[in-house]
Formats: sequence, structure tokens, C-alpha cells
Amino acid sequence: MSAVVLETKGLVKRFGGVTATDNVSLRVEQGARHALIGPNGAGKTTLINLLTGVLEPTAGSIALLGEDITTLAQHKRVRRGLVRTFQINQLFNELTPLQSLALTVTNQRGASTGWWRPLGRDAVVAETCDRLLRQFRLDDVMDRKTVVLPYGKRRLLEIAIAIACRPRVLLLDEPVAGVPEGERQEIFETIDALPADVSVLLIEHDMDLVFNFARTVSVLVNGAVFAEGDVQSISTDPRVKAVYLGEGHD
Amino acid sequence: MSDSRVADRAPGRPKPARDPLKGSTDVPVGQGAVISLRSQARWRWWEFALAVAAAASWFLLPAHTPLLTEIAILALFAISLDLVLGYAGIVSLGHTAFFGVGAYGAALFATHVMPDPLVGLVVAIAVSSVAGALSSVLIMRGSDLTRLMVTLGLALVLFELANKLDHITGGADGLQGAQMAPLLGSFEFDLQGRVAYAYCLVVLAVGVYFARRVVKSPFGVSLQALRDNRLRAASIGLAVNARLAAVYTVAAGLAGAAGALSAQKTGFAFASLDVLAFHQSADVMLMLVIGGTGYLYGGIFGAIIFKLLQDLISAWTPQYWTFWIGLFLIVLMLVGRERLIRPWTWWRGGSTR
Repeated sequence: MSAVVLETKGLVKRFGGVTATDNVSLRVEQGARHALIGPNGAGKTTLINLLTGVLEPTAGSIALLGEDITTLAQHKRVRRGLVRTFQINQLFNELTPLQSLALTVTNQRGASTGWWRPLGRDAVVAETCDRLLRQFRLDDVMDRKTVVLPYGKRRLLEIAIAIACRPRVLLLDEPVAGVPEGERQEIFETIDALPADVSVLLIEHDMDLVFNFARTVSVLVNGAVFAEGDVQSISTDPRVKAVYLGEGHD
Repeated sequence: MSDSRVADRAPGRPKPARDPLKGSTDVPVGQGAVISLRSQARWRWWEFALAVAAAASWFLLPAHTPLLTEIAILALFAISLDLVLGYAGIVSLGHTAFFGVGAYGAALFATHVMPDPLVGLVVAIAVSSVAGALSSVLIMRGSDLTRLMVTLGLALVLFELANKLDHITGGADGLQGAQMAPLLGSFEFDLQGRVAYAYCLVVLAVGVYFARRVVKSPFGVSLQALRDNRLRAASIGLAVNARLAAVYTVAAGLAGAAGALSAQKTGFAFASLDVLAFHQSADVMLMLVIGGTGYLYGGIFGAIIFKLLQDLISAWTPQYWTFWIGLFLIVLMLVGRERLIRPWTWWRGGSTR
């Protein structure tokens, strides 16, 4: 069994009377391709927000690579390799894809506090950007403002920025939401191409993609872990089918 | 959806690793990004033209020296606001707090310590930077409205302090201080203000160069990133609050430099309550909005247009010039700057109704 890179213990988040995350204990192993599924409102995005520090948990703890990060600031978690993408694009509208990536790569290399030399003068940064732009087919629009890009390009940029952070644990919140059928596979190929020791936790509704991509699946229902196991056992679990696909399916 | 879709899928197999950051054989390294990144900070021809025009104004327009000096000082002040507002996206209605701290700092330093203008300038920058660093905690939380009110409040507090502490500041009479020493030990401030104008132009040029380096740097681009999307900025590992504090401090220092120039320009150290007055904060924001935010030169163009309009209109109708500047502002906002400076597009069908 591989080492556990991300682990939550008894994680709880309440918004007033609503319990969005209910005693979740989750283990993500090194090199995992781990999917998190569940019906709408099951608390998947809330869980990602807790893991990345956007929200503070009501109770419970989070450990990354064996160290407690429950109260660590968002940006410090990123520096330790916990990186996410967003279900709804969160981009820098007035920057170009090239600038967005150059900034991210520069920061990843620990040089983003530089205030004298222009951004991207470092040859390694420029070449890394070039490679990422080609890989995500953004090279033709690299100098246009992000705000004017078509949705598909912005979605690719959303993921490219996360990859540029060199994640050790990558949290993907519905990476292909709104992406046409034909282009979904390409995005997944890029994610698949990540180094084997990078752990991926994926939220996705497209079951084809989930069962193609993931090796482990956790099912979240009403904020709590409802079932967990390998793809084979989850995909044939009648309880999961009932919850996920609705009662009446057999 | 049929349940057979769920059952029929085999578990995914791990595919051969390909690290996008280490390069691979099927994605050749190109030069597009390298070239584009290199061109981003390149000096444009009109930037040189602007510098030449500024230098030429010293030789060609000696009769207008006082107005031009005023424009140079306000341009530097507006550029400092642009760092905060245009780049970092922090709205401020109290930016003159730092202009005022710089002005009083320079005037007090000349009166009580030494009259050398350059040392005074450095001291004023240092003092206003400290003021900026201390007050930067006020602008990190809340909405734009919160920030507008907090910055406005700070400037009001400083205004009343300067009014009340009249044994230090001279109160409502202002601080009439010592004669300034010659610039660099040899250039006496003259009555026509020629030396003062040259001094202000050089400080402005240094300020623009410095600000330009900053905004083109990784730090400067990160400010635009957190202006556009703080959540994502934090999610790529940027410490948002530390960066806001840093830019607020730098901008306060530049505003303080402008304040120091305004205190020194006559050759006598002078500061009055006017440097902390609300209209100063409003005017500098007006200038920046007129010239455009987020490209650094908006402050210069805005200061020129604002002061020229003020000068021309008030020569024609001294009491009511704000009516016209107000009207101009409304037209500018509703028509849009892009369209206003392109008259040939005015009668072309714009919208697709």
C-alpha cells in the first residue's frame, strides 16, 4: 500500500443549521486517481474548499504529507503542493494566458516577489510557459486578454494554471464542466499525463470519465462518506446505484 | 442514463508518465512565449516622445512654469494612486493622506533639521512609506465601499490632526518654514520656478521609471492577478495580504514624494491644510479616471488634461469652472474614453441593435 499524502479525520463543516460536511475521513494515497462522486448538494465542493483552506472546518483535522494543515493559509498549502481547479473558472481576466502562466510558474519557482526584472525574463520560465501553452493548445491565443477568450480556451487555461503550480496533490472540481463532449477526452488525457507520483482527487459527474480515469472512488451523500472502494466494487454497488442514479434502477 | 453504463466500465489503467513541466518529445520547445515575454516590457516610441516633450516644455514654455510644475507634481501623485487603484484594485478616497504626510514631513524637516531638498525628499518618502505600511492593515478587509470609507476616514483624521496640532503644523495658517538650500548645493531655487520645475520633472521621471519597473515585474503582474481574482491568486500560492501591504507602502512613498515636491517647489518650505483636504483625494482620483487606470501613464495624461481644463475654464469663468469639469466627467464616463479620443468613430453605427 502506498503512502497516504492527504488525509482528513472527522472533518465537519456546518453553515448555521446545515451540515455540509459530516464527519468525513478521507485518505488519498500517493499516485492516487481518486474520484469523489455524489448527487448535487452532497458537499463535494465544500470538501474541496475545506481541503484547500478557502473554508475553515468546524471540527476535524487535515494532514498533507503527514503534517497538519488544518489552519494553514490557502497560499501556504499551495506551496506545499496542494493545488486545485475550480468548478466555475477563476481566472485573471485582464491578464493574457501567457502572463497568467508566467506568473504562476515564476511563483512556483519562488521568484514572484521580484520587483525589478520584468516578468518572464528567466529563460526557464519562458520555456515552461511555451510548453504549457502548446500542451493546452493555448499558444494561438497566448497574447489575448483572458476575458475575451472562448469558454473552451478559458477552461483549458483554468487547468493549465493548476498544472503550472507543479502539484503533488491535485484537486479537480469538475474539470470538464461545460466542455463539449469531444474535447473532454483531451482534457483528461492531459490529466492522465501527469507524473505517476502526483495524486489526483477528482470531482466529476460524467460517470464514463470517472470510471475510465479513477482507481478509487468515494461516494459522498449529504456531506458524509456513503461508500468507498475501488472502481469495480463501487460501479457495481447496488446502494450507490440507488443513491446516484435514483431509486427504481435495478 | 442506463445502469449498464455504470457497471460496464473497467478500472482505468495508469498511463505512461509525461511531465508537462519537464518537457517531452512530442511537444517541441518553441520560441513564441519567449519572444512575447521579452517584448512585454519593451519601451514604446511614445514613451520616449513623452520624455522628450517633458524636457522640451522646460525650454519652450518658461512662461507657464508654475502650471507645469503643478502638473508634474500631480502626475506623480496620480501615478502613485494608479499603483493602488489601477493595478492592485484598491479604491481609495483618502490617498492625499500620504501626499499630506510627505508635504508636512518635508516642510518640518526643512524647518527643524536641515534645508537640503533632496535629503528632505528622501525623509518625506520614508515617513509616508511608514504611514502607508501602518495603514495598509485597514484596506485588506471588506468591500470596495469599506475601503472607500476607511481611506476617506484616515485622510479626515489626519486633516483634523494637522489642524489641531497647530504648534507643530501651523494649523489653519499653514507651515511657513525656512528657505530651502540650493539643489545639489549649487542650483538656487529661483523666483520663476525654473529650477523647481526641472527638479519636479526629474523626480517624476525617476518615479515613472521606478513604477514602470515595478508594474512589469512578477510582483507587479501579481498585483493585477489579485485585483482580477483574489481567490485564484491565493490558489496559485500568492500571499494576497502581504502583496497588498507592499504595494500600498510603495504607493504611499511615491505620494509622499509628490507631497514633498509641493512643499519645496517655491524655494521655501511650505505646507498647509490644503494638502490633506478631501478635494485633493477626489481630484487625484478624477485625474486618474480621466487619463485611464492600469497603464501607468494615465496619471500623467489625466493631470495634464485636468490642470489645463481647470486653467482654461477658470480663466473664462472663475467661479463656475467645476460645473464644466463635472459635465466633462459625466460625458467621459457615459461615452467612454476610447470613443471620446476617436472622434472619427462618433458617427459610425456602433451598437448592433
